[in-house]
Amino acid sequence: MPLASYQTSVPVVVDDAKCIADKGCTVCVDVCPLDVLRISDMTNKAYMAYDECWYCMPCEADCPTGAVTVNIPYLLR
Amino acid sequence: MALDQIVDGLSEVSCDVLVIGGGTAGPMAALKAKLKNPKANVVLLEKANVKRSGAISMGMDGLNNAVIPGYATPEQYTKEITIANDGIVDQKAVYKYAQNCYKIVEELDSFGIRFLKNENGDYAVKKVHHIGSYVLPMPNGETVKKALYRQLRRARILISNRYMATRLLKSSDGRIAGAISVNTRTAEILVIRAKAVILCMGAAGRLGLPTSGYMFGTYENAANSGDGYAMAYHAGAALANLECYQINPLIKDYNGPACAYVAGPFGAFTANNEGSRFIECDYWSGQMMLEFYNELLSGKGPVFLQLKHLHPNTIEEIETTLHKVERPTRGLFQQGRGVDYRKESIEMHISEIGFCSGHSASGVFVDDNARTTVSGLYAAGDMASVPHNYMLGAFTNGAVAGIDAMEFADSHDFAEFDAADVAMERDRVLAPTKREDGIPPNQVEYKTRRLVNDYLQPPKVTRKYELGMRRLAEAREDMQERMIARNAHELLRALEVQSIMDCADMAAHASLYREESRWGLYHWRTDFPEKDNENWFCHTLLSKQNGKMTSEKRAVEPYVVPIADDEKDLYDKQRIRATA
Repeated sequence: MPLASYQTSVPVVVDDAKCIADKGCTVCVDVCPLDVLRISDMTNKAYMAYDECWYCMPCEADCPTGAVTVNIPYLLR
Repeated sequence: MALDQIVDGLSEVSCDVLVIGGGTAGPMAALKAKLKNPKANVVLLEKANVKRSGAISMGMDGLNNAVIPGYATPEQYTKEITIANDGIVDQKAVYKYAQNCYKIVEELDSFGIRFLKNENGDYAVKKVHHIGSYVLPMPNGETVKKALYRQLRRARILISNRYMATRLLKSSDGRIAGAISVNTRTAEILVIRAKAVILCMGAAGRLGLPTSGYMFGTYENAANSGDGYAMAYHAGAALANLECYQINPLIKDYNGPACAYVAGPFGAFTANNEGSRFIECDYWSGQMMLEFYNELLSGKGPVFLQLKHLHPNTIEEIETTLHKVERPTRGLFQQGRGVDYRKESIEMHISEIGFCSGHSASGVFVDDNARTTVSGLYAAGDMASVPHNYMLGAFTNGAVAGIDAMEFADSHDFAEFDAADVAMERDRVLAPTKREDGIPPNQVEYKTRRLVNDYLQPPKVTRKYELGMRRLAEAREDMQERMIARNAHELLRALEVQSIMDCADMAAHASLYREESRWGLYHWRTDFPEKDNENWFCHTLLSKQNGKMTSEKRAVEPYVVPIADDEKDLYDKQRIRATA
């Protein structure tokens, strides 16, 4: 059976202007317990690649520039 | 090369003691093993990153079970936990924990973790349990992981992040020989030979589906998918009392604690829709959960945690703790709904089911030295069978495991495993990556967990369980024959689904075996509604024998601390009775 992609509004948002992943920072990607953040090949900034979030906060708390915001996933908001 | 792209690779390393899981018990086990023999190699393997992994990822608001001299005695604590577990406890391990935990508190204090003290400089212990006082707040509880990490670095523990262990390796004579793991970002296989292995892999927290429908909105850290239970099972270790589920009272939809352990000592309480108390004690026991469940369905639900009657300064203090530690997004959640604790009570609900000895009594069977039934294999923390052990139990029993495992490693050479076992496991692990077409892991997982909710959630009905097992077997066939993983991250999820499926099967099997009701809501069987001490005052041990899931009875060890007849049912009296 063929696969279709499924749209979802992701809870973790990164402010590209503040994110320094393009300078080599990977803190949020490193600390995430669910391993759902990645650095974009196109923008070289961090983003949420997989909507599998425990809304736990290490990404936001450990980000050195305050670029990451954790929102409550829509389904339980 | 891009992350998540699948790489073909297999390497092998060896160490004296391998600790799997870097949450709470694991770091302490690794530390104690290394301090026991500084020349030995200790590897700490972690599926996520030790800096922020496990149940205490964002810290913890306090110790829930500290036996502090002057406030409680090991005898008193052992008695309370025995009664809370309807008597099904091997007291030796609980008593040993109770004796050792104060030393661990002092050690954590030396790591820089602070505990609340009163004006006289004594620990300010609070009462939450039914009988004794064991709750000790941690004013800088958000720093726990950082403090632990510093100790690991100082002791030169070898940390391997982003490796998921999948199976244990054993020698032909049944001794532990190591583990097989897979890199969660490249799918490369890493074989680790070890003289002793300690499993500290947390709860099975992704078993039931949260009522929000969001698969990762679980009570437990959603990374805790029950991998440790599955690995222990496939290695032939016995698992104890898996029918004693974990079900917790949580903030509805948010699915985290509200948290009565923090707010209760200040005067907050659990109330029904009339604003009345209906339970005597907010300590999480199966008996309390049964009253909670009954109230929800009685027409007097919803159930709330009420603190609006408290002084504004008190509410502010509670709020600061709730919104800073353990689950700090609680504040964001309440803000989004416009809930102000000063004006409105917190709507509560009951969680999905799981396995977790942190709050109940199910887990890989261990003795008072944290030894499992497999030689050289240990377990500690939420996945080991020492009941109600919470964070301090994970630390204390992790320490016990670390020391004993290093003694074992010092007196044994490496056990030999069969290379064919590695080849077979590699094929099993990578199978979903070899398919061109199939069902993605998230769909298999959703279906499995939805079936868990539909059929396995208490009240447990035999006919429902039989049907549930048939449906789960069909889902298992899909998982084994058709599940597809297109990158390393999907493979991680695909492997987790296999742990979840194994845990679902074990939960069903163990529940059908115990033909009585016990532990309140945790094991309420409608076909056997009474507690049956004559036939079932025993542990149940589940294990894989000749490839088949098997359950058997195991006698409760003679008590170290006797329980008087009039104390045995103290936890059965949870409902507040109308007084004349």
